[in-house]
Amino acid sequence: MEIFLRNFLISISVGTLGRLYLLRVDYRQYPSYPRGIIMHLTFGVIAAALGAVAIPALLAQDYAAVTFLALAAEQFRNVRTMERENLANIEGLEMVRRGASYIEEIAKIFEARNYIVVLASLIASASLYLIPKWYLAVLTGFLTLVLLKYIMQSQKISDIANVKIADIRFENTLLYVGNINIMNVGLEASRERILQTGIGVVLEPRDENASITLSNIGQRQAIVHDVVSQLGIKKDLDEPDFTPLARRDVNTGNVAIVFYPSIQDREALVKAVGYAPVLESTRRKPSESGAVNKNDQEGMK
Amino acid sequence: MGVEISNIIVAVVTTEKEKVQSGFAPVFYSENKAESEKIALILAKITMGMVHNLENGVYVIVKH
Repeated sequence: MEIFLRNFLISISVGTLGRLYLLRVDYRQYPSYPRGIIMHLTFGVIAAALGAVAIPALLAQDYAAVTFLALAAEQFRNVRTMERENLANIEGLEMVRRGASYIEEIAKIFEARNYIVVLASLIASASLYLIPKWYLAVLTGFLTLVLLKYIMQSQKISDIANVKIADIRFENTLLYVGNINIMNVGLEASRERILQTGIGVVLEPRDENASITLSNIGQRQAIVHDVVSQLGIKKDLDEPDFTPLARRDVNTGNVAIVFYPSIQDREALVKAVGYAPVLESTRRKPSESGAVNKNDQEGMK
Repeated sequence: MGVEISNIIVAVVTTEKEKVQSGFAPVFYSENKAESEKIALILAKITMGMVHNLENGVYVIVKH
């Protein structure tokens, strides 16, 4: 019993500390400190406990206990639902929307992190029963965490596209970023303000996979939301003229976006765009399909 | 939950009477360009819409 308790405590600590390590409050301000943290940490402890009891239960030939892992999966799917509902509820009140794709992505990551915790504490507990050295268990547990976190890491926009500042100009009432038409702006006062506060960015996809990924509307919305959450926006509710818009050049696959950031820093803007995540659900790899001839890829952009 | 109609012309502002036929969107006539811009801005603020310029003296307010 004593061995079980010791092993259980070590494994559960590995899992819980792991969840803490995965819980960073970053610029996205999500989850918001401190209520969100308490919520997710509690789920993390439960996940770690489930991982920690699986091996002892198996050794005690209590196979019913192992089925609890299935129950855990169900529980963590609820985490995803909770996150999705939470973000969807506040979506209508965001100045710039996240978009359904981004919400789904965030919710999925929260679910996945719980599975990482289960696996880390499971592996820590397994290693304790194989070699009863606590430091080895802690080490293998954390190695699992780091490895899974690395695998789960998503690409950034700067990995798939070149981000460049582009001029913004008007041809009569049509706003252009580079040579990509964005929209028609009716009021002269708005046009003047756009020329003063607007900064244009062009994303040049590196290959045809990136081009198709960037064409996704959810992906474009995620970039816009991410940048606005970092650099702010000079716009109020009744000023749709200053909504950042992303439009695509169908010939080159380039995507042009015009921003009206509160912090008028071009370098920071380019960095922020580059740092936006490539959403898992929008990633496409037509080059792997065989339908696309590898030699044609250059021209297909 | 509210229902909203988007991408629809909610009002038209123009100095050129012959260029706009009556439709479901109200048409506001103005004396000159400056007045058109002013009326369009006020209407846009009221309806939370965006002003677009058809470049022929006709302004439309569209809810996106």
